[in-house]
This record gives sequence, C-alpha cells and structure tokens, in this order.
Amino acid sequence: MALSKVWVFAEAAEGKPTSLTLELLTKARQFGGAVEAFLPGDGAEVAAALGEYGATKIYAFATDGTLVGAAGAASLAQLVEAESPDLIIFPMTYDGRDVMGRLSARIDRPTVTDGIDITVSDEGAGDTVNVIKGIFGGTKIVTTSFTGDKPALAGIRPKSFTAEASGGGAAEVVAAPSVDVGRAGNAKVTDRHVEEQIGPKLEDAAVVVSGGRGLGAAENYALVEDLAKLLKGAAGASRAIVDAGWVPYSHQVGQTGKTVKPKVYIACGISGATQHLVGMKNSDNIVAINKDPDAPIFGIADLGIVGDVHKVVPKLIEALKARG
Amino acid sequence: MNILVCVKQIPDPATPGELDESTKTLKRDGKLILDESDSYGVEMALQLVEAAGGGEVTLFSMAPNDETSGLRTALAMGAEKAILVSDEALHGSDALSTAKVIAKAVERAGAVDLVMTATESTDGYTGTIPAQVAELLGWPSLTFAKHIEVGDGSVTIQRQTEAGYDVVTSDLPAVVSVTAGVVEPRYPSFKGIMAAKNKPVDTVKAGDLGLDAASVGWAGARQDITSIEPAPERQAGEKIEDEGDAHERVVAFLEQLKVI
Repeated sequence: MALSKVWVFAEAAEGKPTSLTLELLTKARQFGGAVEAFLPGDGAEVAAALGEYGATKIYAFATDGTLVGAAGAASLAQLVEAESPDLIIFPMTYDGRDVMGRLSARIDRPTVTDGIDITVSDEGAGDTVNVIKGIFGGTKIVTTSFTGDKPALAGIRPKSFTAEASGGGAAEVVAAPSVDVGRAGNAKVTDRHVEEQIGPKLEDAAVVVSGGRGLGAAENYALVEDLAKLLKGAAGASRAIVDAGWVPYSHQVGQTGKTVKPKVYIACGISGATQHLVGMKNSDNIVAINKDPDAPIFGIADLGIVGDVHKVVPKLIEALKARG
Repeated sequence: MNILVCVKQIPDPATPGELDESTKTLKRDGKLILDESDSYGVEMALQLVEAAGGGEVTLFSMAPNDETSGLRTALAMGAEKAILVSDEALHGSDALSTAKVIAKAVERAGAVDLVMTATESTDGYTGTIPAQVAELLGWPSLTFAKHIEVGDGSVTIQRQTEAGYDVVTSDLPAVVSVTAGVVEPRYPSFKGIMAAKNKPVDTVKAGDLGLDAASVGWAGARQDITSIEPAPERQAGEKIEDEGDAHERVVAFLEQLKVI
C-alpha cells in the first residue's frame, strides 16, 4: 500500500501556492513515498510553503510568455523518463488540464480526470492506483483503476481534500529541463486581464450567495451582490445566467465553474441542475430560495424557502441592514 | 479558412443517465443528440468562416451505430459535411484513444486551419481532449476561449483564467477549445434542416484511419472501472412557504450558525 514517488503539478499566484496545490500535496503524503512538485514559475518563492506541506523537491519550470501546456508537458515527460514517478496528481485547473492532456499524449498514458479521491490498493501484481469520481451530478461514485504502466495521471477537483501542513522544511529547488517543442509551443500570452476582486474569493469565502435564472433579469443580480456584501461573502452564479451573459464566467459555481465549500451557501432563484449541485453540494449549510416547490435544490437544502426571490431577498437585505 | 469542429452526440442530459451493468460505461444505445456545449463551437466556426470570406466547416463525431441525429442538427446550423467514425472496436475508448481518432480524422480531412472543440463534453467531463489532440498533431492549442478572432494566418483568443482572462495568440493551424457562451448558437432554420438531410457524412472505421485496434477502445484505455456505488445522500432540512416573513427564518438560521 505504498508508492515510492508521487508528483504534484503545483501552481502559485502572486508568490503563494494556490489552496488546491496544498490540498493535493496533503493527499500525496498519504502514499508513504517521496512527494515532489512540478511548478511552472519561480520555485524559490514557494520553496518554504510547498515544503511545509510535504514537498521535498520542486522542479521549477521557467515560463517564457507562452502557454505552459506544450513546453511544460515536454519538460515533465523528460523528467518522468529520468525519475519514474508512480503517480502524478494534477489540479483540474486551466493549465493543469492542458499539461495533463499533452503529457498523456506525449508519454502515451491514460488520464482519469474530475477525481475527488485517490487510493492505492495491492492487487498482487504491485500497487494499483485508483481514482474515485462522482458521476451523474455526484449521485454515483465510480472507482477507476489504472492497469497500465506507471505513472498514473490523475486530475483532482478543488476542495476534495483538506490541506494540512506537515511541518517539513523548505523544498529543494531544481530547474526543470527546457525542451524545444517546435510549432506546438507557439501559443503566446500577449496580455493579461485581472478582473477586479471585491471582497473574498469565491473559493475561500465563508458565505457564498449565488443567483440563477429565477432572478428574471440581469439587473436583479445586484440583489445577490448586495446580500453577499452584507454577509462579507462572495457572489456566485449558475451556469444558466453566465451563459446568458448576465455575469462573468469567474462567478460560475458548478461542474464547469468553481467548486465551493463555504459555511453557508445561499441559492437565490437556482433550480439546482446537477451541473450546479456538483460545485456546491458539499457546503456545510445550504439555504435555498425558489418559487418552484419541486426545484431539486430543495432536496439538499437545510433551509428551503418556497417563495419569490424578488420579495424574500430585498426583505432579507433590509433586515440585515437594520441590524447594522 | 477550413475548420473541423468536434461534436459529441450524447444521450439527452434531460433524462437521467444510466450505466450498462456489464461494461460499466454510460448507456449510449438510445437516441443521441448534439451536446449543447458543442453548438457553441459550431456557431463560432460558422461565423469565422463567414468572416474569412470563404472555406468550410467540417464536423467530426465518433459514435456507436452510425448515429447521425446530433450531426444533422449541426449540419442544419450550416456546417458543410461531416466525418463520422463508428466502429465497435472503439467501444470503451477513453479520452486519449478518442484524441488519437480525432488526430487521424484531421489528417484525413486534409487542409484544416483550425480544430475546434468544447472544453469538455456534458456526459463525460474528461476535459483533456483538446490538449491531447494538439499534442498528437504537434500543433499549438489555445484552450478555454471565451472570445476568438482569426487574422492573417493567426488566431487570437481571450483565454479564461482563474483571475480574469489572458490574450493568447498563435499561428495556424491550431486547436482551439471554446467555453459555453463564446457566441449565441443559432437555431437551425427549416431550410437548414431540409438541406442537412442531403449533406455528405463520410462514415469510416478505425482501420480506415490507419488506427491500430490495440491502441483504442477497451484495449487502449488501460483502466478498469472497479466499482460503482450510490453516493451518500445529503438529507434535506426544513422547507417552508414564504408568507411574507420567511426572511426572518433566514436571519435566525444565520444567527444560529454565528455568521451574523
């Protein structure tokens, strides 16, 4: 029941590892082997932080203004050849998916993505890596075992594990090799736009207030934002209103959007399509306000209000304001 | 400007999904429809070809039993023709095997400037195929596009990021994956639906694409589904009808949780 070497595709923003990176490192420690990270970016900057969560070595990949996918996968492939890890854990993020997909094709190994857990079982013929994922909106749990050659490539959703520090010292930083990938590496990043972040991030907020189609019109999303602000929380959205162009994609909670696990999730005018439920059903407490008494969201709500969001939410906002 | 759009024909997501007990795969033997996430790529491709002033949109799909009902929807939107790979040997194909089939189909299609895909399918959600196809072709991939422009021999996208978006550009040919909402897909017109009935669908087998049977399907997947269990269900709590004072219950609930 042990693997000798597990790698984590690590990511950092503004000099800090992402919370998902720390979650994956925490999980990687459970397999009893060496835990090492492959990081696009400056390794020295996060050597202490990644070390604290169990990484003993960081392969730092120098990004040069191109999308990390092609060149990152080629670098990783060369390291795989030399170091033979048993398992590489990828975050289900934009770059994580790009690098995992390209690496998979480059070294001809299958991937199992959208996982919520990883286990290792001893079936006699050596240790088998299994990835556990939810299907049909998380109503069924499927275990998939890798049967081919190592490394196993597993993609894991955010908030699948709770990050816990191991108290390790700073990780050793090693430069990852740079490999010429020809035309495949021609996708260049020419500009970056960062959307203004007001209040806490969706993934980190203790309270998330989300709006859906039941709001009726784009301008009514202000109700969701006002309520979120009063509760010092973040404003989320269902895919329906993101696709409709009412709010930017960065607010989307669900299978294709963000996964959140706040203390309280307040769903306003959201029916509860499985695509949405996957992203929020592990919240500690769920409040749902919807005028359709049969809306699936009520099936998982701790407090369900059958009512009109246009009446209930403004009154709730007034009541909270009155408390000062 | 010639664009190959990958489209998946899936069981209607409005009906509950079912697993085949013997193969542990999603049942796909009923009527299949065009995955809604692919309609964005089809629309985007049609608009780009129109803006380029020439060229055509070719569809690619891999489906059992020569299924074409979803392809016909996309042909009715305006795509010119389709390549359909339908082969029992492909049953059980995972994302990488599927990408191998797509890469071979791109070669078969000939002069392709762009391969367009959704970011992931609605029934499988693996989400790695665009990068896998690009790697197999040796092409750049511009993923998670929420806006696309094609200029003189180049493509520029706005790529979704955790914090906002990046502007990413590359030369052609390239693979682009589009997010839902990149454009508003058109509804097929009656004329389009009639025309789609006679549009060519090139139906091929894995062997026609020069694929080795051992590298695709169950044999190529190198993974076994070892268990399927019902997930623990979350219990619903209290449900009340709003009679003008329901907001007070919400306030009390938040107080009890010490959120306020």
